[in-house]
Amino acid sequence: MKSLFTASAVALALSAMSANAQTEIQWWHAMGGELGAKLEEIVKGFNDSQTDYKVVPSYKGTYPETMTAAIAAFRAKEQPAIVQVFEVGTGTMMAAQGAVIPVHQLMKDQGAAFDQSAFLPSVVGYYTDTDGNMLSMPFNSSTPILYYNKSVFEKAGLDPNTPPKTWAEMEEFSKKIIDSGAASCGFTTGWISWIQTENLSAWHNQPIGTLENGFGGLDARLTVNGPVQVKHWGNLKKWADEGIFKYGGPVGGDNAPPMFYSQECAMIMNSSASRAGVIANAKDFELGFGMLPYYDDVEGAPQNSIIGGATLWVLSGRPDEEYAGAAKFFEYLSSPAVQADWASFSGYLPITQAAADEMAGFFGENPGADTGLKQITLNTPTENSKGLRFGNYVQIRGIIDEEFEQLMSGSKDAQGALDGVVERGNALIEEFQAQNQ
Amino acid sequence: MKRTIFRNQLLPWLLLAPQLAITFIFFIWPAAQAVWQSFLREDAFGMKSTFVGMANYWRLLDSPEYLNSLQVTAVFAVSVTILSMGFSLLLAVAVDRMIRSAQTYTTLLVWPYAVAPAVAGILWWFIFNPTIGILPYLLDQVGYNWNHISDKGDAMLLVVIASAWKQISYNFLFFVAGLQSIPASLREAAAIDGAGPVKRFFTITLPLISPTTFFLLVVNIVYAMFDTFAVIDSTTEGGPAQATNIMVYKVYFDGFVGQNLGSSGAQSVILMLIVIALTVIQFRWVEKKVEY
Repeated sequence: MKSLFTASAVALALSAMSANAQTEIQWWHAMGGELGAKLEEIVKGFNDSQTDYKVVPSYKGTYPETMTAAIAAFRAKEQPAIVQVFEVGTGTMMAAQGAVIPVHQLMKDQGAAFDQSAFLPSVVGYYTDTDGNMLSMPFNSSTPILYYNKSVFEKAGLDPNTPPKTWAEMEEFSKKIIDSGAASCGFTTGWISWIQTENLSAWHNQPIGTLENGFGGLDARLTVNGPVQVKHWGNLKKWADEGIFKYGGPVGGDNAPPMFYSQECAMIMNSSASRAGVIANAKDFELGFGMLPYYDDVEGAPQNSIIGGATLWVLSGRPDEEYAGAAKFFEYLSSPAVQADWASFSGYLPITQAAADEMAGFFGENPGADTGLKQITLNTPTENSKGLRFGNYVQIRGIIDEEFEQLMSGSKDAQGALDGVVERGNALIEEFQAQNQ
Repeated sequence: MKRTIFRNQLLPWLLLAPQLAITFIFFIWPAAQAVWQSFLREDAFGMKSTFVGMANYWRLLDSPEYLNSLQVTAVFAVSVTILSMGFSLLLAVAVDRMIRSAQTYTTLLVWPYAVAPAVAGILWWFIFNPTIGILPYLLDQVGYNWNHISDKGDAMLLVVIASAWKQISYNFLFFVAGLQSIPASLREAAAIDGAGPVKRFFTITLPLISPTTFFLLVVNIVYAMFDTFAVIDSTTEGGPAQATNIMVYKVYFDGFVGQNLGSSGAQSVILMLIVIALTVIQFRWVEKKVEY
């Protein structure tokens, strides 16, 4: 009995020692609910695969809350090694030279296996510097696609297997749907800023701002009041007045999905990552998937859509062992098996070509699941469709919503509203430039 | 008045020390930091910091959004104060007339005060939600299309109602106490002289509870300007199109979401000055009309 006790005490001490020898790496993230559970499963896979490092994920709330917490922690010198930051925070993170360690540098310093050409250019392109070096590790990326109600299409006498390709068809199909009484509204959309402004610009190869949409430096300014964007916003207003389009509210457009689920609107444009949610809610009708519509009179359209979502940034000022662990963890995260598992589960895009290939079987079984992937890889990204990078962009997204609401209420026309976005947005960008120079 | 004389100078300071320490650490120090911050221009991570003097203030006074926020705050604070004080006075007068059930009603009316502001915000958010809420559904029946997500007026109404509701219990308690301290003989005498209930209320009750009313006026305005943050955050988040972006919410949003600490600091300094000014005005001019 006594020897058993001693043995177990020794075992306990040994296990405690091995636990101490492990380097803990803090990872702050913003994935709640099922995504959070999946994330912890992935982390557990890494922790079980080796004994030197232990990644400790902590849920910190919404994207802005997580980013704010990490910045506050950095100021207090209590920062985590890894933090998940949403795409509009990229400008802020990037400008913080000295506060972040670019991923390409981390991988080089730690001698980790890292081949940037294995990544999908349209995913990592959003997060590279002007020389094409990867700054952060994409984790969850998505792109907007078109979801449509096949049952309503059939009722309206349209081919349920042909989603509209162009905006002219959007209008035509919507009118048919409304006239036939199959639904009372043609389409709605989430994210006026992300989908109907930023992605619209990239999809038509139109600039959002100067200096490669802000990639070229802090001097960049918004130019989103170009002819294509003005025409589109003008059309949205016209279609809203005609009842073809219904506005789903600011930011993500919380009221848009219910209008689609209740079959009030026949089509919705929303994130490819909301696929699982849309399927779960589309109980009473057949669901179809399509690419975003485009204006066929714009040269170069459709180009490629841009992504949204979040990436993992490495903050400086931690002990070196933690960075060795972080590099190992990133290797694990971008491995095809982990990527394919995460992307199939969540609806986010795979970040490497190998992972996309690994998902071929999944795509075969789930028609439409590859729409987003096809859309971002449609063409090689240009300087207009690589993404965008401006400081204070969280607030600029808010300005886009506000100006769009002014357009909807009729107090401004499309040109006036987009001029407002540019003028007010540039004031914030100038302030950001002054803070960071 | 009885005065306690301490023999040595150290003891009173020691006795005061815990309170002074708390005041210093949690109030004076952060406030001083905000003042200092308001003269700086700094990036989010605090890597580069420049002294810019009054630049953050001038920029604010130049900004249409900030001037809008001032206006929104004025409308909001006045509406919340009038609504919550009016309602609580009405309820207090009603309860004061009850004999047996007064206790029960008082208890019930105090309940909402125990609800955390964020919870209250969520409750109202559910009730008024344009898609799933019960009230928009009922309003739709009578032909009103409620939508506080796109309609500025609806949004303001929502935050005013939610914030005023929260404060009714507090005001009510003070009003009940104030009413109970009025000697019944005064009202009886007036009644015998032939004054009706309305006349009695305005000539006797109202003047006699004016110290309470004045106190509540100060408390309510401060409440509307500072403590309503959680209600705004959980219902409208300052929208639509800045229609409910009151100053304290803007301080939070620009500072913590926008990471512009300089501007946020300047805004909190201005807010502090406004509240100090309001309180001074109230004590110097309004208080003169109060009969103790």
